[in-house]
Amino acid sequence: MLKLIGILIVVIGFVLKLDTIAVVVVAGIVTGLVGGLSFNEILTILGDSFVANRYMSVFLVSLPVIAVLENNGLRERAASLIGQVKAATTGKILAIYMAIRTVASALSLRLGGHVQFIRPLINPMAVGAAEAKYNKIDEKDEERIKGLSAAVENYGNFYGQNVFIASGGVLLIVGTLQELGYDVTPLEVSKGALPIAIIAVIVAAIQFFLFDRSMNRKG
Amino acid sequence: MMGEILLEVLFILCGLVALSASIYSFKDRNHPTRLGSTLFWGLLALIFIFGPYIPKNIVGIIIIVMAILTATRQVRVGNIRGSSEEFRQRQAERIGNKIFIPALMIAIFAFGIAQYTDLGGLVGLGIGALAALVIGLIITKSKTSEAIEGGSNLLQQVGSSSLLPQILAALGALFNAAGVGEVISAGISRVIPQGNIVLGLIAYFAGMVIFTMIMGNAFAAFSVITVGVGAPFVLSQGADPAIIGALAMTAGYCGTLLTPMAANFNIVPAAILEMRDEYGVIKTQIPVALTMFVIHIIVALLLAF
Repeated sequence: MLKLIGILIVVIGFVLKLDTIAVVVVAGIVTGLVGGLSFNEILTILGDSFVANRYMSVFLVSLPVIAVLENNGLRERAASLIGQVKAATTGKILAIYMAIRTVASALSLRLGGHVQFIRPLINPMAVGAAEAKYNKIDEKDEERIKGLSAAVENYGNFYGQNVFIASGGVLLIVGTLQELGYDVTPLEVSKGALPIAIIAVIVAAIQFFLFDRSMNRKG
Repeated sequence: MMGEILLEVLFILCGLVALSASIYSFKDRNHPTRLGSTLFWGLLALIFIFGPYIPKNIVGIIIIVMAILTATRQVRVGNIRGSSEEFRQRQAERIGNKIFIPALMIAIFAFGIAQYTDLGGLVGLGIGALAALVIGLIITKSKTSEAIEGGSNLLQQVGSSSLLPQILAALGALFNAAGVGEVISAGISRVIPQGNIVLGLIAYFAGMVIFTMIMGNAFAAFSVITVGVGAPFVLSQGADPAIIGALAMTAGYCGTLLTPMAANFNIVPAAILEMRDEYGVIKTQIPVALTMFVIHIIVALLLAF
């Protein structure tokens, strides 16, 4: 039972929002000591695994080009394209953004964000569509649209990201499974993530269209 | 063999990005944590470039030093000199949709090289990033130095926590060496009969959701729950490990949608949108998260067995 103390340390450390890297390292060292490893063995396993798993952080190599593109208006261009989308209802706008966001996430494009896209662009478009259709909407409906606008960013980001072959999630899956003796490649895992990405677009769209329907009934 | 050499070259390039973050931190005289950041990114560069040739217990000590630096908040963002909003708007108009070409090249190269060569997706990502950099510099008429400084700034902004997957993998290795998985699976097998695929799947995916909700982080949950529950109760029954692994991770993301612990995704956005209910985003996400959870189990049964 005592060997589970590492899990307890991770849980408590994350709940208390302590520094993530330090929490994980401490949990590993304590678990090793409790499990009967010598300190030198622990250091060796820690170092060996960190070097062997350098591939999990290969995103570093893409940072210079991403910085150049972002400093030269990549997001601004994407925002102006999305702003041109013409859709008649709140639900349709959100469903279209869900599809765009999922594809962007799957291609590892950093084209989302509540600050960068939802507040200045998507939420105003979604509210605007409802106002145009129903003349005036009450505060309660506006609150519901805000909730949906914030949620669509999360849905697209989360369920799409592991379609990208070198995403942190995919590489962690590969590394964890290899450690357990299951040999899988990043390509196989990213293909395994595809069905859920597609289904998530559909499930989210259903939620958005149910919102449209509830507005129609009221209107 | 060729793939392995190229992969090592790729790690050296990653190390050079970390090294640039170290150098720019040092050159920034008003950096809030100048020496700490210089040291942290410098040590990361050292491991990336020379990792295979350093005794592994020394690497272990380096990691502990890095953890002490982050724990004492000695690794923070320096003074970022990004481009101005007006400049970006002007460039967006001038360059037009061509700006998306280099952005898309990274993913396309990574997938294409993984699918059609035996070099692997990671080497593909590296080649794609370099090709995209060349095209990106031409299209935007930027200087190479801007790319290096920009990459260094970006690394400081994403910060030390972006190394979480790599450090969690090390935790997983220690858990394995200490025999943590055996303890968990012995405990769970008192509740769930080994050999029942459906119950095993539900325990694995529900474990992912619950641990993610508690910790606010699906990556951490994945390392723990896969060792303790996923391997003995699902993977050992002949499931396709790649599909199950992918599904378990996104099952964890269903938990991320449900928890205030993932404040960046659920609580902060409610404030950004000036919602009256700070849990408004989570409440909106509940039906989708629960539906997706059930779908995960169905998809696993259909595709992985």
